[in-house]
Amino acid sequence: MLKIHNLHAEVEGEKILKGVNLEINPGEVHAIMGPNGSGKSTLASVVAGNEEYEVTEGEILFDKSNISELSADERAHKGIFLSFQYPVEIPGVSVTNFIKTAINQIRKAQGLKDMPANEMLKKIREKSAMLGMDRKFLSRSLNESFSGGEKKRNEIFQMAMLEPQLAILDETDSGLDIDALKIVADGVNKLRTKDNATLVITHYQRLLDYIVPDVVHVLVDGKIIKSGDKELAKKLEKRGYDWLKEEQLV
Amino acid sequence: MKLKEKLLSSYLAFEENIDLENDIHNIRNEAIKYFEHSGFPHRKQEAWKYTSLNSILKEDYSIFPKKEDTIEYRDIKKYCIHDIDTYQIVFVDGIYASHLSQTTHDKFDACLMSSALNKAKYKPIIKKYFNKVAPQESLTALNTAFSYEGAYIKIPKGVAAEKPIQILNFSTGNEHALMIQPRNLIIAEDNAQVQIIERHQSLTENAVLTNSVTEIFAGKNANVDYYKIQNDKVTSSLIDNTYISQDRDSEVSMHTFSFGGKLTRNNLNFYQNGSNINSILKGVTIIEGKQHVDHNTLVHHRKPHCESHQDYKGIFAEKSTGVFNGKVLVDKIAQKTDAFQSNNNILIDDQATINSKPQLEIFADDVKCSHGCTIGQLDEEALFYMQSRGIPQKEARALLMYAFANNVLNSVKIPEINKRITKQIALKIGVQLGFDL
Repeated sequence: MLKIHNLHAEVEGEKILKGVNLEINPGEVHAIMGPNGSGKSTLASVVAGNEEYEVTEGEILFDKSNISELSADERAHKGIFLSFQYPVEIPGVSVTNFIKTAINQIRKAQGLKDMPANEMLKKIREKSAMLGMDRKFLSRSLNESFSGGEKKRNEIFQMAMLEPQLAILDETDSGLDIDALKIVADGVNKLRTKDNATLVITHYQRLLDYIVPDVVHVLVDGKIIKSGDKELAKKLEKRGYDWLKEEQLV
Repeated sequence: MKLKEKLLSSYLAFEENIDLENDIHNIRNEAIKYFEHSGFPHRKQEAWKYTSLNSILKEDYSIFPKKEDTIEYRDIKKYCIHDIDTYQIVFVDGIYASHLSQTTHDKFDACLMSSALNKAKYKPIIKKYFNKVAPQESLTALNTAFSYEGAYIKIPKGVAAEKPIQILNFSTGNEHALMIQPRNLIIAEDNAQVQIIERHQSLTENAVLTNSVTEIFAGKNANVDYYKIQNDKVTSSLIDNTYISQDRDSEVSMHTFSFGGKLTRNNLNFYQNGSNINSILKGVTIIEGKQHVDHNTLVHHRKPHCESHQDYKGIFAEKSTGVFNGKVLVDKIAQKTDAFQSNNNILIDDQATINSKPQLEIFADDVKCSHGCTIGQLDEEALFYMQSRGIPQKEARALLMYAFANNVLNSVKIPEINKRITKQIALKIGVQLGFDL
């Protein structure tokens, strides 16, 4: 589904990704771990199409077509979703109106008519209930004065509404207490099918107890230096990243 | 003949048709003398530095319309808030139109300034309030000199007006160019409540200059909720002079929505004359072309323990220009004042201009005064966020502008106004929102 080949990216002249290779197939959950500043969030942003980053080399294939030149919204239309580490506050647009706009814009891009209002309402009710969200929450301004946990839950709500092919979760666990983490992870698991895939970016192994990955990658200094199964994550949690760096040197 | 001379000679003609024995006549005489001396404001004056009246003063305005024109309700319906029950005081070319109006004298007065100024029973009230908060300034004085018609609203002690009152001024374009000077007096006595909507609307492309003065008195614990809808033709200009005197525990909120007109100048002045007063000033300006909107506000904190909240947002496209000059004056006695002022602007095009000038003069030492002013483009990160959800850039930009402006509407208490203004904002920005408004 997603195939990243020798991806190099930089921001304001600073090289951040230095040759990332990654392949994710339908039905899989991949996790990317790594120390601060290793380029995890950059990778997420670049795949989602953030124009702040310049891709200098390599390519990103999605469903076999090169998406490197597509804008973020065009990538979203193809089924890529990014759950932000720091969701942006948009005062004046409610959670409901924002998601309605997004869904109908995607449908428009796909040549479909607006989703009928009753169908939309039903879906909103269903997905918000799944994530244990209060009805009042939906009429609040998007992310405005939301707690860290509310913001993340709202990201997963949007994911549930948009039903992407590929969901990239950037540090979704940060700011969540254990109960909220369980609800969010449970939501992500419920959304999994054999046809979609999830890329989890995290600092901590904790989230991976709930969203169990098929493959774990370690990103250090802009490169994936090791990949393995879920046991790798546990090892990283225990031993940190230094042993890997040393292993590399050897 | 220049407009000033024309006005001065028109005053003599005006005098022939009014009751010279009336006490008001002295006030009018003083005012015309003042105007004769001061003339129109010009850009050398600090308060008019960014707004030049030259282009609108050169028109050959008729000062009095030659004939009455009858317009029908269907001509004006779309400019009224017609989906809720209201009182309406309607003027056509400055003259009261009874067939379009619904006035009242039942529990309170919502009627005509001309009656209030001339009928004996109103004399004590006129004496107490008329021209008592409006200062002697050139355009205000000019209006005072010609003061004759407008809305007169008086809500007695403890009465809450059960429905909003609309003050609607239409111009028909029967004259090549017309100058009108409405004079409104609004009194909410102690514990009274009233909601008012004011609009000036030209029905044709002929030039109109409106120089309006509104005096508002809010008694103890009174509540006045006022909305100005400014969405006139680009051939019409408006100078709105509003003066508000508040007594203790009162709340007055003023929302100004400026989307239209050639030149709009809002002189909005709040005077706090008791403690525990709340003054709310909100504005949304969205203009394009060569439109010009100037908000010149004053909040004068004269007593302790009062609040003021100002929030003005502007979106300027093409060659439009905006001015925000917000003055907050806190007297030495006005301790524990909480004054907040915010002016945020988005410039869409390179040639659009905003001149924003917060002016805080604080003489008390135990106060909370804050002001913020931003001039910018749209937030790139927010755009990426929206695009990552599948909203194309053009729509994302529009939605952000809509959100930016719409945020001011939270404090609008009449849902129909909220709905209309929201729609108007969407229309102005050219956004097709994926949801119902």
